[in-house]
Amino acid sequence: MANIITRRDTLMLGASAAAAVALSGGAGAQIQRANVNPPSWPIESGASLRMLRPVRFVQPDEEVFRANCARFTQQTGVQVRVDFVGWEDITQQTAVTANTGAGPDVIIGFNESPHIYVDKLVDLTDVAEYLGARYGGWLAMAQRYGKRHGTNNWIGIPFGASGGPLVWRKSAVNELGFQAPPDDHAGFLDLSKKLKAANKPSGFALGNAVGDGNGFANWLVWSHNGFLVDPDGNVAINSPETIAALEYLKELYATFIPGTIAWGDISNNRAYAAQELWLTANGVSLYFALKNDPATAPIAADTEHSLLPKGKAAASPMAGLTLNAMTFRHSRYPNAAKALIAFLMEAEQYDPWLQANLGYWSQPLAAYAASPVWQSDPKVAIFRDVMRSDYWIGYKGPISQASAAANADYIMVQMCAAVASGQSTPQQAAREAERRAQRFFRAR
Amino acid sequence: MNTTPTAVAAAPTRWTPPRREETWIGWLLDWKPFLIVMCLLPAVGLLTVFLTYPLGLGIWLAFTDTTIGRRGIWVGLENFIWLFEDPIFWSAVFYSVFYTAIATIGKFALGLWLALLLNNHLPIKSFIRAIILLPWIVPTVLSAIAFWWIYDPQFSIISYVFVDVLGWRDTNIDFISTAWPARWSLIAANIWRGIPFVAISLLAGLQTIPPSLYEAALLDGSTPWQRFRYITVPMIMPILAIVMTFSIIFTFTDFQLVYAITRGGPVNSTHLLATLAFQRGIPGGQLGEGAAIAVSMIPFLVFATLFSYFALARRKWQQGEAND
Repeated sequence: MANIITRRDTLMLGASAAAAVALSGGAGAQIQRANVNPPSWPIESGASLRMLRPVRFVQPDEEVFRANCARFTQQTGVQVRVDFVGWEDITQQTAVTANTGAGPDVIIGFNESPHIYVDKLVDLTDVAEYLGARYGGWLAMAQRYGKRHGTNNWIGIPFGASGGPLVWRKSAVNELGFQAPPDDHAGFLDLSKKLKAANKPSGFALGNAVGDGNGFANWLVWSHNGFLVDPDGNVAINSPETIAALEYLKELYATFIPGTIAWGDISNNRAYAAQELWLTANGVSLYFALKNDPATAPIAADTEHSLLPKGKAAASPMAGLTLNAMTFRHSRYPNAAKALIAFLMEAEQYDPWLQANLGYWSQPLAAYAASPVWQSDPKVAIFRDVMRSDYWIGYKGPISQASAAANADYIMVQMCAAVASGQSTPQQAAREAERRAQRFFRAR
Repeated sequence: MNTTPTAVAAAPTRWTPPRREETWIGWLLDWKPFLIVMCLLPAVGLLTVFLTYPLGLGIWLAFTDTTIGRRGIWVGLENFIWLFEDPIFWSAVFYSVFYTAIATIGKFALGLWLALLLNNHLPIKSFIRAIILLPWIVPTVLSAIAFWWIYDPQFSIISYVFVDVLGWRDTNIDFISTAWPARWSLIAANIWRGIPFVAISLLAGLQTIPPSLYEAALLDGSTPWQRFRYITVPMIMPILAIVMTFSIIFTFTDFQLVYAITRGGPVNSTHLLATLAFQRGIPGGQLGEGAAIAVSMIPFLVFATLFSYFALARRKWQQGEAND
């Protein structure tokens, strides 16, 4: 899910987003909501809030977000200062905030953050229950990331997620006699073999690529019903399912474009844009980058998105990158913070924000599936359901520092790469992954 | 004695500086030990804050199980015991030593050669010398990104030349997709980057050699090889030792080239200790373990430093005595 956003892309995306917002008429008009009274959060007198969040994908994201916060200030008199932080830095800044007990009141972090600092956070169950009741309920992935493991207590409020489905050239897939990439392993392998024979190969990152590499490795293992840890957090990667997945990979890898073991997050974007790669998995950024550059617009017109094959799993396995908001106990204005989070998730604010993001972020609340953003471009519609996924990073275990570390340390990716490169047998690779994972998941 | 009354009168009342009030501050500032401490304090303070504290903290962390976001507890040698059994760590140790050894040999062979060439009288000598320094001046990350493109599996310029222009190959060259090619590719990039430092430093050394030595040798009918072997080499040995020490330290602790080009891949085969320490410590969040990897670099660095000092630089005349 690498994102190359050039200045020009940003401008053009900005223009199209503005148009989309204008077209949609009254923002939030389409969103069904139940008549639920919000809990009362008496705002502390003299309250002011500081918030951190990751930097934008596209310019309108930041503009709409700031405008929403300004409206909150208008309505409540609470000053809100929002700082946009680089993606690599937000984890560390959250750690410092949590450990020093000083700094921002609210942080929108990634994925597991609230689960790591759970002792330092304000319980957000009332916010979540209110929003869930009002907007058709929380989607599966949102519940997983929002609730403390094994409880119904909410420690985070997910703001959205970004997924990485298959991205493929319609012409190439169709000319080989497929309507779309098949949903089963054998069919998908068949397609990959034919693509290679047609000299229009597929390819997935097997290098140290945080987004794309983990996305592919997780899909491979999950679609064979394997998993890194069991629901109690015991390492369970060395299983027959994993071995089967790795055996399958050996065959699949033989059909890839050469060099995928050295691929970073950006490599498949470049190869796809250069028409050397015809099927891969990526976030929506690749499509927008192609669409907004006149030189590659024909490629975008020939590009389709679809879910990765579900294989032996019940549904196509995909874990997105999730925005997860949390409020710290050190905040002097917890009520104001809760009110702000709820305010930002209300249709008047959230729907314009969703539209401004063009599909980069997908909603955690069911009712927002009706947002006009999902009708703005049929090729983006697939991202509407990212948070319906029953998978998460660290599936099936509790979300924790360990699951995040195993992801960041590429345990799954390197297990796959070791087999693909012929360096290890599937059994050796699974054992090595088990050994490394046990270190991260050891009881402390 | 024929002295004037005025002189007699002046003698007892010699001029003395106006006496200042003897305060404790004045006394303190006149007291040498205090002055020394005061003057050293800023330097010592800076060193403590920016050198001793981080180093000490790093060593302390190596004995704890600290993660990002969680204060660790003392675990003794647990991190080191784990690393001792970790094949990835040993592969990083191997590659760090291999990388340093091969890259240093390459840099010194080519650097010395370049220095000898540059030491001749060439037209536009200064300009050439300035150009030579370019690879070293360019920020490492920039040259690393350039090499990242050069080694790209799909878009390598070298592959392009061989496949599309010359037609000598059918497939792109595998620079960084398998272990050994990736290791050699990174070493090549490091050598390219390191040559100027060696060449310019050795050139400075070459220029301190008195021409009279060569003239005397010429009169004795020496061959060029003899002049190189018996005059140039011994004369630049001291500077060679210093440059080599620096070069070994820089190479062993290299981070940027590897991290920008391969991130330690494919499958951890190009991790240096520095990149592995970062990978485990920051993205992986295991600060204790990352610190342990970093700390385990210290013995290698001490050994390398001692080696170049004692093996290459034990010349008595350096201490002002005659050679044996």
